[in-house]
Amino acid sequence: MAGIGIDEVRHVARLARLELSDEELHGLVGELTALLEHVDAIRQLDTSGVPATAHAIPLSNVLRDDVVGPCLERDEVLAAAPAAEEGRIVVPAILREEP
Amino acid sequence: MSLLDAGAAAVAKAVRAGDVTAVEVIEEALARLDATEGDLHCFQTVLGDKARREAARVDEAVGEGRDPGPLAGVPIALKDNLCTHGIETTCSSRILEGWRPPYDATVVERLRGAGAVAVGKTNLDEFAMGSSTENSAFGPTHNPWDLSRVPGGSSGGSAAAVAAGVVPLAFGSDTGGSIRQPASLCGVVGIKPTYGVVSRYGLIAFASSLDQIGPFAPTVADAALALEVIGGGDPRDSTCLARPAPRLIEVLGRGVEGLRVGVLEDFVDDVSASCRRAANDAADALAAAGAKVDAVSVPEARLGLPAYYVIAPAEASSNLARYDGVRYGLRVEGPDVEAMNARTRAAGFGREVRRRIMIGTYALSAGYYDAYYGQAQRVRTLVTRAFDAAYERFDVLLSPTTPSEAFELGAKTANPIEMYLSDLCTVSSNLTGQPAISVPYALGDEGLPVGVQVMAPALGEALMVQVAAVLEQAAPAEARGPVPVGGRARGEAADGA
Repeated sequence: MAGIGIDEVRHVARLARLELSDEELHGLVGELTALLEHVDAIRQLDTSGVPATAHAIPLSNVLRDDVVGPCLERDEVLAAAPAAEEGRIVVPAILREEP
Repeated sequence: MSLLDAGAAAVAKAVRAGDVTAVEVIEEALARLDATEGDLHCFQTVLGDKARREAARVDEAVGEGRDPGPLAGVPIALKDNLCTHGIETTCSSRILEGWRPPYDATVVERLRGAGAVAVGKTNLDEFAMGSSTENSAFGPTHNPWDLSRVPGGSSGGSAAAVAAGVVPLAFGSDTGGSIRQPASLCGVVGIKPTYGVVSRYGLIAFASSLDQIGPFAPTVADAALALEVIGGGDPRDSTCLARPAPRLIEVLGRGVEGLRVGVLEDFVDDVSASCRRAANDAADALAAAGAKVDAVSVPEARLGLPAYYVIAPAEASSNLARYDGVRYGLRVEGPDVEAMNARTRAAGFGREVRRRIMIGTYALSAGYYDAYYGQAQRVRTLVTRAFDAAYERFDVLLSPTTPSEAFELGAKTANPIEMYLSDLCTVSSNLTGQPAISVPYALGDEGLPVGVQVMAPALGEALMVQVAAVLEQAAPAEARGPVPVGGRARGEAADGA
């Protein structure tokens, strides 16, 4: 029987970078459990020896010649960012100085 | 009858011949949009003046003796997950509200190159996750046949815009049924092409191994014409097959004499009497037209839905990782980068998108990857093998498109799994990558349109369209859009509307 507890839901929310309310996290315990029960039908199948399909059509690496082509306008791309200055996107500090 | 109601090919013919101007056609489409939008909410963005300018350029070409292309002056609508240069593209999500893409999707370029004029971007379930358009962050779209009902989804705005006669052609994306299901619920034709036939450059990704772009139209011929325009290889999408677009118009009218049609019997217990009857009547019509019709069981088709509801959220959780408050869209500030990411995503994604990211992240996480995602991919192989085996005996397969007629707004929002069942008959084609079309075939017991689905082996678009054209001839006119907003009055003949 599939099931998922509140600790696991919190862990998955952290992995998914979703800061959810306690109420939503608790709601997700039931919702995700119901979904996992729904997909249990395929978990029970014997698929030993069956290869996985990642992609519906057979494709090998697609290559092109290494030549410079048109690309997006930098200023237009930066204009869409929430914060940008001096030709760069601004984000909160990732590294801090040692105390 | 207005030229708009005569369809895309007729509009293009008249514009190319100079019998009517593209500007006049676009003005009429914009007027219809204006008159119906308050009731329907098909559109996220309306492109009034830009559409007028583009139409004027089409007329200029005609005036100078240049051919504007096979869709000259045809007003079209684009699902709002197709990138349009400089025009807001939201995916009906708060997280992308206000975003103006720095480029056009390949299909958008090709449509403009063929002379088509976009009049607006259409409403969808947020990031194409849903079957009713109710998951849009900007409010639901209503079904033109009955305003209390959903148009289906996720491409509900595009389907409803065609069904209401605002545009004769619209475009959507289909990951598990998002073109065919709303087409069925709105009484229009919808095609999900073979995976790789249409470039997805500029389609905002939901589940990359399943997504395909396709057309909506009132008729099979116009949908086929649209697919000829948008199909064909594209170096900017490495998953797009390096081959020309399928040739479809030439097969219309060839009939079904001698073709082998398999009637899928695996969904009979899961669909309404109306949907079952439509598929059976369609099978009889094909037999009467000379096809060799036989029942066929593909039990693995029933495994499609659970496999889909692992694979699609898993791929979505990966694709949607890019909405992190850094490069585009919403940012909610936080003390550090991770908090900024997590707050942005919680605030920007709606409930269903958050739920799918959670299930997908779980299915891909350490300890569960093989039990869920790996297993679903192996089941996908089983589904594909089973359909391939059926196509050794049959040229095409026939089934209902949907389990029911259009349902009431709000009827399934409280229970996600019940909503997911809307995709029962359609998901297998996405898992196998094979093409499928929904054709309006009957009015159901609730007086609403019911479609039937023709499925074909990979790259079997021509055969599929050939069969669909015969079904269209056999179907009653009252089962097909466009309809006046609110539907045709009961008892009123379609021709008299």
